[in-house]
Amino acid sequence: METDINSQDRKDLDKFIKFFALKTVQVIVQARLGEKICTRSSSSPTGSDWFNLAIKDIPEVTHEAKKALAGQLPAIGRSMCVEISLKTSEGDSMELEIWCLEMNEKCDKEIKISYTVYNRLSLLLKSLLAITRVTPAYRLSRKQGHEYVILYRIYFGEVQLNGLGEGFQTVRVGTVGTPMGTITLSCAYRINLAFMSTRTTGEDTGVTYPSVEDSQEVCTTSFSTSPPSQLSSSRLSYQPAALGVGSADLAYPVVFAAGLNTTHPHQLMVPGKEGGVPLAPNQPAHGAQADQERLATYTPSDGAHCAATPSSEDTETVSNSSEGRASPHDVLETIFARKVGAFVNKPINQVTLTSLDIPFAMFAPKNLELEDADPMVNPPDSPDTESPLQGSLHSDGSSGGSSGNTHDDFVMIDFKPAFSKDDILPMDLGTFYREFQNPPQLSSLSIDIGAQSMAEDLDSLPEKLAVHEKNVREFDAFVETLQ
Amino acid sequence: MNCRSEVLEVSVEGRQVEEAMLAVLHTVLLHRSTGKFHYKKEGTYSIGTVGTQDVDCDFIDFTYVRVSSDELDRALRKVVGEFKDALRNSGGDGLGQMSLEFYQKKKSRWPFSDECIPWEVWTVKVHVVALATEQERQICREKVGEKLCEKVINIVEVMNRHEYLPKMPMQSEVDNVFDTGLRDVQPYLYKISFQITDALGTSVTTTMRRLIKDTLAL
Repeated sequence: METDINSQDRKDLDKFIKFFALKTVQVIVQARLGEKICTRSSSSPTGSDWFNLAIKDIPEVTHEAKKALAGQLPAIGRSMCVEISLKTSEGDSMELEIWCLEMNEKCDKEIKISYTVYNRLSLLLKSLLAITRVTPAYRLSRKQGHEYVILYRIYFGEVQLNGLGEGFQTVRVGTVGTPMGTITLSCAYRINLAFMSTRTTGEDTGVTYPSVEDSQEVCTTSFSTSPPSQLSSSRLSYQPAALGVGSADLAYPVVFAAGLNTTHPHQLMVPGKEGGVPLAPNQPAHGAQADQERLATYTPSDGAHCAATPSSEDTETVSNSSEGRASPHDVLETIFARKVGAFVNKPINQVTLTSLDIPFAMFAPKNLELEDADPMVNPPDSPDTESPLQGSLHSDGSSGGSSGNTHDDFVMIDFKPAFSKDDILPMDLGTFYREFQNPPQLSSLSIDIGAQSMAEDLDSLPEKLAVHEKNVREFDAFVETLQ
Repeated sequence: MNCRSEVLEVSVEGRQVEEAMLAVLHTVLLHRSTGKFHYKKEGTYSIGTVGTQDVDCDFIDFTYVRVSSDELDRALRKVVGEFKDALRNSGGDGLGQMSLEFYQKKKSRWPFSDECIPWEVWTVKVHVVALATEQERQICREKVGEKLCEKVINIVEVMNRHEYLPKMPMQSEVDNVFDTGLRDVQPYLYKISFQITDALGTSVTTTMRRLIKDTLAL
């Protein structure tokens, strides 16, 4: 296996392979962040862009990759693998892809290291850029957000393809021959996404993978077990304070992962999507806003003290991240605040007052205050059929008010029939209509009275017969006058 | 040396023609562009950096990567726009093809003009279909997206064969191999042409050959 490669070439080759591995990881992870990548061309060489390609280096990703490699290089039997998996908000996870950077025994002894190998590695990176947008996981990662998140894991050693399900497909990105062996870059990806489809058919939205931009819900993390709806209300109220909670949770798993030698998957989440304002503490671009909110909740007496600590964190995070852009973290608990939509007058706190399940509830007139004073509600002489009456009026659905209040069973509507004027007559059409609908019962029709008279009639019959028999002559005379 | 020829075929709806063509052309040019060369006195050269950017298609469920060069993008969009118009105006079955040809210039002695020797030609055959319902269009979005994914994999496969590429030229020869007219990137010399074919498959209407380098004269 050892060739005539000289030591300088060998050093160069090792360096190229090392940086190629790091750039490969960057390209793959950045392609699964869920946002479009854009880097600028530069005609004047800066000297720091490996393979003449502008590929940003996310520090955490480089750190993880170096940790996985642990000073080694991909070699025969030792491959560098990047595993991309999906995790839902309920905690279910599924492996989507395994990207493998392998080395095999086939050597190309004639090839020039510093020129041909370098250029071919550059071409291979370009191919990787193209292929990472083409596998099914790309579209999934572009739509990640509140339903699921995409995680990555880097490991070194034997390739493990078991988690990809049955019938996974492989695409080869490319190969580059070197005097030490042939570098191969490939991707094995899952095609059986049945797990996802059964989960999402029950969704109210009816969309399999709702886009992040449509969401204004709070984003749950992979470490939460509460359903999103519950979390949204609690997070709304604890919004600034949750930062403290978030930081604590952040610290925990990072420490955990470090101890376990990167077996713990790392979450890829880019805050700063249209759906909400991220409050993760390590975001320099948004950290300032988050810090302001933190200051707002702390007591003023602590104001001076607290002002110092967020700013120091801020400078730390600014120096840590390479750019002003948001960068993913090893483990991220990203909290999205509920955005107030345009033209909404009500502040967030009052959202719960308006019954959210009635459409256009914002425009419904408020009748709660009028209820007691309204004579319609407590008419003085009306019989005991108010509730059904109100129910029937409610269901009539006249052009008047239509608000509902979910607290009471029935509510008195300000009944305004169409085309009626209520200021001329004391008795308006509405009142007439109501009384017309509620006439008093006829006494003879009431069952009690009927039953009572029947019994009396039967008892009084003999007396009446006796009286009539006495007056027979008068009756006969009367009948004769008629004839 | 023989010219390598690759043919790709796509069936798209009318409004998807531009994006599908741009996706294929940009993917090929991504692999066939380098950074700008800067020659130094000793005969060595350094290479500039090529940036990339993702482009989402509006009418296709697809995202492709192109080099970050607005000049190159404009040039491609111009010729693809002409192709689309020619397709629409042809009134035929909606069959056409675009060719992206990479060539080298070979200087000839006066009075003969320079020779253009192609070393790689990519041909994309397009079949335009007309769809009636919105549901069909939605399905077409997804299907064409999947097809383009396959095309990208095919392109990458060809690029990976590491077959003939022109030698890196000396400073005096660089314009015979590369298009040095762009500000930020340096693709190999290329030409784009297109043909509209009728049902018989013969070239009927104008066969336009256009040297992109001329259109880029700023």
